[in-house]
Amino acid sequence: MEKEVYSLCFMCSIRCPIKVLVKDGQVKWIEGNPHVAGMEGSLCPRGAAGISLLYDDQRVQSPMIRVGERGEGKWRKASWEEALDLVGSKLKEIIDEHGGHSVVLGERTQLATHASKTFLKAIKSPNHFTHDALCKGSVNTACRSLFGYTDGQMGMQYNKAKHIVLYGRNIFEAVSVKEVNNVMQALENGAKLTYIDPRVTVTATKAHRYWMIRPGTDLALNYALIHVILKERLYDAEYVDRWVAGISELQDFVSSYTPEWAEKETGIGADEIVTLAREMSKDKPSVIFHFGYRGANNTNEIYLRRSIMILNSLMGSVEAPGGFFFKKGPGEEGGKPARKLTEQKFPKISVPRFDKVGTPDFPLPDPNHGVGQMLPFAILSEDPYPLKALIAYRFDPLGSIADTNQTKKALDKLDLIVAIDINYSDIAWYADVILPESTYLERTDCVQQANGLKPQMFLRRQAVEPRYDTRDGAMILKQIAERIGTGNFFPYENMDELVRWQLEGTGFSMEDFEAKGFVAYGKKQIFMDRRDGLKFKTPSGKIEFKSSLLEDAGFESFPVYEPVTAPSGGKFRLVVGRNALHTHVSTQNNPYLNEICSENELWINTEKAAELGINNGDPVAISSPVGSGEIKAKVTDLIHPEAVFMLHGFGHEAKKASRSYNKGVSDSVLQENVYDKIGGSPAYHETIVTVKAA
Amino acid sequence: MSKYYLFQDSKKCIGCHSCEIQCKTNKALPVGPKPCQIIHVGPKMIGGLPRASYVFMPCFHCENPWCVAACPTGAMQQRAKDGIVFVDHNLCVGCKTCVSACPWGAPQWNPETGKVVKCDYCMDRIDAGLKPACVTVCTTHCLHFGKVEEMTQMRRERHARSVAALEEVNPS
Repeated sequence: MEKEVYSLCFMCSIRCPIKVLVKDGQVKWIEGNPHVAGMEGSLCPRGAAGISLLYDDQRVQSPMIRVGERGEGKWRKASWEEALDLVGSKLKEIIDEHGGHSVVLGERTQLATHASKTFLKAIKSPNHFTHDALCKGSVNTACRSLFGYTDGQMGMQYNKAKHIVLYGRNIFEAVSVKEVNNVMQALENGAKLTYIDPRVTVTATKAHRYWMIRPGTDLALNYALIHVILKERLYDAEYVDRWVAGISELQDFVSSYTPEWAEKETGIGADEIVTLAREMSKDKPSVIFHFGYRGANNTNEIYLRRSIMILNSLMGSVEAPGGFFFKKGPGEEGGKPARKLTEQKFPKISVPRFDKVGTPDFPLPDPNHGVGQMLPFAILSEDPYPLKALIAYRFDPLGSIADTNQTKKALDKLDLIVAIDINYSDIAWYADVILPESTYLERTDCVQQANGLKPQMFLRRQAVEPRYDTRDGAMILKQIAERIGTGNFFPYENMDELVRWQLEGTGFSMEDFEAKGFVAYGKKQIFMDRRDGLKFKTPSGKIEFKSSLLEDAGFESFPVYEPVTAPSGGKFRLVVGRNALHTHVSTQNNPYLNEICSENELWINTEKAAELGINNGDPVAISSPVGSGEIKAKVTDLIHPEAVFMLHGFGHEAKKASRSYNKGVSDSVLQENVYDKIGGSPAYHETIVTVKAA
Repeated sequence: MSKYYLFQDSKKCIGCHSCEIQCKTNKALPVGPKPCQIIHVGPKMIGGLPRASYVFMPCFHCENPWCVAACPTGAMQQRAKDGIVFVDHNLCVGCKTCVSACPWGAPQWNPETGKVVKCDYCMDRIDAGLKPACVTVCTTHCLHFGKVEEMTQMRRERHARSVAALEEVNPS
């Protein structure tokens, strides 16, 4: 028997719409949803490796209970009843003795995040955090400081853009299929692409302009661009006069940041900076200075991200065709969004978050995501209070939070670590109990509210029965809740019931998704009126260059630029990134993806390598103040001499994931846990490493 | 007679390997054989800009396929109706003569079966009115499958568009 199921991919967090062909209970074929513009059959390589994940016998096949020391890798199989009972009774003891707030849950934002939040709210814990903060917390805060919206509420209309500027946003390698195709369409239409990165990427090979910038100096470049734009009056004056607060303060601030000054700091010619400013102005407002996907490089990250968004604002490209837009929700079409479990009434929570977000210590990061890298500090210092249990829901603190050795020390203090995961991730390997989740092909998930120029809803539908003894994440949490007396907050018996409950009142039913995999609230793209109808959610109702969010919290809107010192004598700035084949730390063991990319290499500049006696392919020793490793050198002219680069997410420690075990080096072992204390992002590129021939 | 051609629009290719993986997924192949493959060449600096080629290597389905001539068991065949070159796995004895004969490395070794596997343009899909696996899911739709003459036309039109100087003259 054959059937076609419309669903959503989950090989990364983008959730591309897919069509799945099932024959005799087996997934035979996956392709991008042909009804969705920008997809039309397309899959990225990770999406194409989905079946390889489904049939991988190295994923977690049943609940596992640790029998050896943490991380030792001694396990016994358990039934769901036993594993859930064990987790329930341990959690209950912890909650009774230390309070619900001693329980933390970290996850990758996902469709059932409202169930995870509900789980914690029910036990009076404020301690939910997502991976987002580790990726782009400062982008989020920067966006709110200017527009009153989060970055997640903004999109970019690439296909109508005339010039796109990317600051290390490696759009053709860190692939989001629709984005790639929209940018490709812009290029076909004659748009220009400027790419700025200390390293040549696939994106650089497609660009019209490539600048090998000194690592960490993008902010200096932007201050000079702003300087030129204001000095030569290249901005959209009508738009800026109407919608911007703080233009004169900005003008005073950038007056000394000339292109000549920036040339010394960034290595990019002053005349080239002037040329870019003029080119962008000619094409305004259909221009995009991309504010980034990951924005977690330096301790002043929020100011870099603000400077990018300020450039767009000066070009009038916010809520303009071919520029940024605010994502429109169902309300704009008179519709209602899907319900969430978090709408229920919960007991009052009286303690601060573990990461202190929302307190005077850390006022500005988004409490909807928290700040994950604070977890080891909070556990070790017991400040604001002792933490006792961690539920790591497809989120790996060991591979995602900088300074793995410190994170391990912190985890060792916990009474309970539960991993809900598909794979033997490093955190699963370090956990006390692993509760295996079904893959995206084996489970129905919560409704995806896809806001955008045209608000829509998508649904992930179960294509096949679970191959192993695995369950849906939202069911696992419900079943734990039932064992600690909070099951009443989970009013469903299976995922279909939960989805039907979510759809009540929206005017759509589950069956409505069957034809194309999604439902649309309206047919037209919605733009706000640029003359009078832009609804910025800042106190002034304007784009706040001079930010009340920042200044009310005691931070500056325009802090003085601090020069970046060049490392010397065999020392380099460690920069990290992605390629098209892997998602964070989660796909390295996938048979097909591993076949093409099984370990990371250290990119090092040819001249620097020669000075150190390192040849291409040699093993090299790399060390930082917090960790070390051995990795193969890739000697190339195509990286800035001050930087070395490695792909994120390798050097796994879980032995049962044998293909990725001990392959390459984990960047998080080397990185120091330093961060942007205003915006909230980790500063993954602040670590200086020493490289030697091994 | 060889009827089809698989055209890679290299300008749009991002070297992501989706084609390669979907091909293996569709044929349920183990680690090892790659009936099609993307080979990265470069990047290197050309005229001040970094440039690279992401070369798509399927089987070319030659009009006069040396692999077919070389195969001693008749396993390697050319389909009469459209010239698709394919292996009949029931007849393949794993002698690797086709591997020696093909100048482009198209026949691949499947260590699980001890036989050769190769790009057959997914002829079961073609017969069902579909496109080959690689073409269907290509991230940027840079792969195109069709009759040879349609594909050359596509390339000519694209080149013509790229050299035509019809841009607006900007007074500034």
